[in-house]
Amino acid sequence: MVSIGFFIYFAFAIVVLSLLVVTRRNPVHSVLWMLLLFFHIAGVYLFLNAEFMAAIQVIVYAGGILVLFLFVVLLMNLREELSIGKYTTFGPTGFTFALGLFVAVSMALSSFIAAPPGKYSIDLIKQETHVKALGKLLYTEFIYPFEIASLILLVAMIGAIVLAKRRLKS
Amino acid sequence: MNMANVISPTTVDALIKFGIDVAIILLKIVIVLAVGLLHVAYATYFERKVIGHMQVRLGPMRVGPHGLLQPFADGIKLFFKEDIIPAQADKVVFYIAPIIFMAAAMVNLSVIPFDANFVIADINVGLLFIFAMAGVGVYGIFISGWASNSKYAFMGGLRSSAQVISYEIAMGLSLVGVMMMAGSLNLSDIIRAQGESIFGMYAIPQFIGFIVFVIAAVAETNRTPFDLPEAESELVAGYFTEYSSFRFALFFLGEYIAMILMASLCTICFLGGWTLPWYVLKIFPFLSYVPGVVWFVLKVYAFFFFYYWIRATVPRYRYDQFMAIGWKILIPVAIGNILLTGLVKIILKEVL
Repeated sequence: MVSIGFFIYFAFAIVVLSLLVVTRRNPVHSVLWMLLLFFHIAGVYLFLNAEFMAAIQVIVYAGGILVLFLFVVLLMNLREELSIGKYTTFGPTGFTFALGLFVAVSMALSSFIAAPPGKYSIDLIKQETHVKALGKLLYTEFIYPFEIASLILLVAMIGAIVLAKRRLKS
Repeated sequence: MNMANVISPTTVDALIKFGIDVAIILLKIVIVLAVGLLHVAYATYFERKVIGHMQVRLGPMRVGPHGLLQPFADGIKLFFKEDIIPAQADKVVFYIAPIIFMAAAMVNLSVIPFDANFVIADINVGLLFIFAMAGVGVYGIFISGWASNSKYAFMGGLRSSAQVISYEIAMGLSLVGVMMMAGSLNLSDIIRAQGESIFGMYAIPQFIGFIVFVIAAVAETNRTPFDLPEAESELVAGYFTEYSSFRFALFFLGEYIAMILMASLCTICFLGGWTLPWYVLKIFPFLSYVPGVVWFVLKVYAFFFFYYWIRATVPRYRYDQFMAIGWKILIPVAIGNILLTGLVKIILKEVL
């Protein structure tokens, strides 16, 4: 009962905070609401017994990525919102597609089947600690997807360095 | 009607147990906060005293015997000063910035194990929790600089956040070696694993990580020689230039609590926490009667003295030099340390 209450709170807060993020006029306020949003997402992870994911969520998204956002926003010093006229004329078409997608997703949700539970039950995770369980799985069973993800990140990093270096030369 | 009929005895027992648990946690929070704030007050006093003596001065002498009441005089003075808010400031953000900064620092005290059985929240990812909160503290600094609407504060805020996020990487990587040796992220488990290891403290086998951590810890807390965000000669006072009265005190408090935290983290991860190395106990067996919290606090004080010592000794770095140290030296060295720790661990496993 308590857990359902928590979940309702988190789900509700995440939706409200997301709306606040996209509707604020001041970009710095948006970023601050987003910070709160990330904390709520971390709360949902904690709620799923995924303490490592919760900590990483805050460290990577709040402590890293969002700070870089804030750098960009602050250095541009946008005290007022730029107002640009509509740059597309496909409003109704876009709305129809969005509505269609929404209906499709809602219909897909009803045929949702939970994946078969693996050997890691909540008790086992608690006993072995979440970090250990995650690490073991990542480096044994899921080593290929993990390596591919690392490679993609590495390529992005090298790409960024190459772009920055080229600009330095010219 | 009897109450016992409505609520079954087991529920009552569970409720009483819950109540006692909550009361114990609240009591622990009160103790940690009171002791922590007292330490902050006297950390400022001893900072002035120690640096004074290093410069052949006396330091504060007027208020109370040897100036012992000086921190309280300072606190009362700060409390009664006028609270000034710049006209063009973003008021709400200006208000919450110091609160975010101080709260992010204080929350970390809850996962620090001060003694074998004294920790408010014994969580499995204690070390990651501290990193996460250190990341949140950056926002306090950053948005205070922005909300003040002042060039100096803005520059200070930018510098500070760039500094903290760069050195956080070095600090995190330097602690990975400790995590690998202890095999846990729980701070109490790290101390226990350390007490049972051959050297008794990880500062000896992990000396590379230890050096990187100490440098990064000084940079994280914006202390000399890395106090560029507050460089008086360039930026007036950095990100809190526009803050006065109690809001300034909140920044001040947060900064000193962050120092206590870094000293505690160093004690936990490298100096053995509340334990003493077994060889010391073998030579002086009577030392095992001293409660563990004494050793913990003494190690923290030693680290604090180190903070004061380098402040009185080393001049400030230039900004580009400072960034070069972080990115070009500390981070590669810390990554090398991880590799080395892993290799040694594998080789030891093969040999033994």
